[in-house]
Amino acid sequence: MIRIVATTELSRRKTTFMRILAVTAALAAAAVIMLCMKLNPLKIYGQIIAGSLGSAYRFRETVNKAIPLTVLSLGIGIAFRMKFWNIGAEGQFFMGAFGASLAAFAFPGIPRPVLLFLMILSSFVFGAFWSLIPAGLKIKFNASETLVTLMLNYVAQLWIGYLQYGPWRDPAANGFPKIAHFTQNAILPKVFGIHIGWIFTLILAFIFYIIFKRTKFGYEIDVLGESEATAHYAGINVPNVLLVTVMLSGGLCGFAGMMQASAIENSLSEQLSGGLGFTAVITTWLAQLNPLLMVLVSFLFSMLIQGGNFLQSAMQIPSSMSQILEGIIIFFVLGSEFFIRYRFVFVKKPKRSPDLPEAAK
Amino acid sequence: MNYAIQLGLFLQTAVQMGTHILLATSGGIMCEKAGNTNLGIEGMMLIGASVGYWAGYTFCDPVIAVLAAGLAGAAGALIYAVITVTFRGNQVVTGLVLTIFGTGIAGFLGKTISSHFLPATIQNAFAARAIPVLSRIPVLGSAFFTQSVYVYISVLIAVVLYLYLKYTRWGLNLRAVGENPAAADASGINVTLYKYVHILLGGFLAGAGGAYLSLVFVPRWQENITAGAGWIAVAFVIFSTWNPLQAIAASYAFGALKGLAFKCQNLVIFNHKLAISTHLLDMIPYLATIIVLVCITMRKKKENQSPEALGNPYFREER
Repeated sequence: MIRIVATTELSRRKTTFMRILAVTAALAAAAVIMLCMKLNPLKIYGQIIAGSLGSAYRFRETVNKAIPLTVLSLGIGIAFRMKFWNIGAEGQFFMGAFGASLAAFAFPGIPRPVLLFLMILSSFVFGAFWSLIPAGLKIKFNASETLVTLMLNYVAQLWIGYLQYGPWRDPAANGFPKIAHFTQNAILPKVFGIHIGWIFTLILAFIFYIIFKRTKFGYEIDVLGESEATAHYAGINVPNVLLVTVMLSGGLCGFAGMMQASAIENSLSEQLSGGLGFTAVITTWLAQLNPLLMVLVSFLFSMLIQGGNFLQSAMQIPSSMSQILEGIIIFFVLGSEFFIRYRFVFVKKPKRSPDLPEAAK
Repeated sequence: MNYAIQLGLFLQTAVQMGTHILLATSGGIMCEKAGNTNLGIEGMMLIGASVGYWAGYTFCDPVIAVLAAGLAGAAGALIYAVITVTFRGNQVVTGLVLTIFGTGIAGFLGKTISSHFLPATIQNAFAARAIPVLSRIPVLGSAFFTQSVYVYISVLIAVVLYLYLKYTRWGLNLRAVGENPAAADASGINVTLYKYVHILLGGFLAGAGGAYLSLVFVPRWQENITAGAGWIAVAFVIFSTWNPLQAIAASYAFGALKGLAFKCQNLVIFNHKLAISTHLLDMIPYLATIIVLVCITMRKKKENQSPEALGNPYFREER
C-alpha cells in the first residue's frame, strides 16, 4: 500500500532539482508534439534562444518585456504573501497607465523629471485605488477578492477602450481610433539603450527582498498570510496591514503600466498590456513569491514571448507556439509541485486484528 | 404589430448572442459545484471552437463536430483536473495557464483552418428551425421557438443540470463534495471521481459553447473568436448564484445587452444622434457580477452562497 505524506521540511536542493526536472520533461514532451507536427524541436528551441538573446536588439526587446512582468510580479507577490489573491494586476496596470496619461496630458510642458515624477505618482495612486476596491469589499462584506479583482480587470480595460474610441480619441489620427502620443517630456529616458525602468525594477526587487527578509512590515504580511487569528493575537493591526499591502500591490502594478505607456507605447491604448497582468500571476507563483527569483523567472518568460515572436518571422511558425510551450512547461511545473510537497511512503498493509478499532490503526 | 415583430427579432438575436455564454456558464457551475474554480473556461472554449470547426469541415457531420469540440474542451479540463485534483496544484494558476494554452492551440490551429469553409450539411443542420405551433406565439415564438437545434439543446442542458443538482442523489453528493469534501468522503462519496467527472463535464460544455460560435453563430473561423466570452462565463457562474436556470436568464440578458449596444451605436432620438459607447455598456456584466457578489455575501442566504470548499484542494491525509 502506498501512502502519501506531506514532506515536513523542503530541502532547497531537492526543490530546485524537481523544478529543473519538470522543465526538462516539459521540453521533451513539447518536442514529441512538435515531431508529430513534423517540426524540428531542436531548431525551434534554438530559434527561441537566438530570437531572444541573439543580438543586442533582440536582447533589448526581451528586457523590455521582462521589466513590466517583474514589477507586476512584485506587486502581485506582496499581496499573495498575505494570501490576498489579487489577480487584478491587469486592471491595476491599465488604471496606472491611465493615471500616468492623465498627468502626461495635463502638464505636457513642464520639465521632464518633474513630469515623470508626477506620472509615477499618479500611476501609483490610480493602481492603488483600483486595488483598494476589492480590499474594501473584502473587509466590509467579505466578498471574494479573487473574483472582484478579476472582474475589475475588464472594467479597467473597457474604460481605456472607452477613452480611446471616445473622449480621448486623437482627432489628428485620420479617424483611426487611437490616443495621441505623449510629449517627449513624458517618455522615460534610456540607459544603455533600454529605458530606465530596468534600473527601477532591479532596485524594487532588491527592496522587496529586504522588506521580507529584514523588516517588521514584511514579517507582519507573512504572519497575516499564515493566519489572521495569529496576526490578531500578536497585536498586528490587521485591516491596516491589509490595506497598506494591497495599496502597495496595486500601486506597483500601476507603476508597471506607467512604464509601459511611457517608454514602450509612448501613449495609452486598450492593447497596452497584452495579457501581461495574467502572465505575471503565473510568474509570481513560479518564483514562489520570492522577489529575486521573480526577476529571473520574468526574464525567462520574456525570452519565451520574444522568441515566439521571432519564430513567426524566422520560421513562419505561428507565435502561438510560445503560448503552447508556456502552457506545457507550467503544467509540468505545477504537477511537479506535488512531488516536492508530498512524498510517497510504502507501507506493508498491516494485518488487521478484528477487535482493533479503526482509529487505533 | 410591427413593434411586436421587431421585439421578437431582437429577442431572437439576444438568445443567439447568449447561447455560447449559457453553455460555458453551465459548465462553469458544474465545475464550481465540485469545489474547483476553473479560470480556464476561455481556453477550453477556444480549444472547442477551433477543434469543432476543424472536425466540422473534415468530417462534414454536425454531431461529430460538436462531439469533437466537447471532447477537446474536456481534454483541456482533464489537464486541469489532473493538476488540481490529483496533484493538488493551485487552481487559479492552473486555470490561467489553461487559458493561455488554449489560446495558443486555437491560434496555432487557426492558421490552418481559417482557409476552409463549413460544408452546407453543417450549416443546414444548425439553421434556425421553427417549432410547430409554439413558434406562432407573438414575440416569444420568434424569440425562443425559431432557433437552431444548438440553442434548444443548450437550454435543455441547463434545465437538466438544474434538476440534476436539485433533485438527484448524484447532484446532492456533488454539492456535498463542493461544500465539505471531508464529510462527503466520510459518508462514502468518491470525492476524486465526482470532481473529475464534473470538471470534465464542465470542459465539455465550455468546448461545445465555443463551437457554437465557430459552427453556428459566425459561422467561420476568426482569430480570437470567443472575444472574452469565457471570462463573462466565469462572472456569470457567480451572477447566476450557481443556478443553471438563472444562468439561462443571465446569458440571454447578456445577449440582449450586446444587441442593444449594437443598436445604440447609431440611435437617433429627437434628431440627436445618440451614441452610447459600447465599451461602457460592455462593463455592465462585470459590474453587475460584483454587485451580486457583494449582495450574496451580505445576505448570507444559504442556497445562494458559493460552495464552501471552493478553491481548496482536498487531501484526505491532511484532514
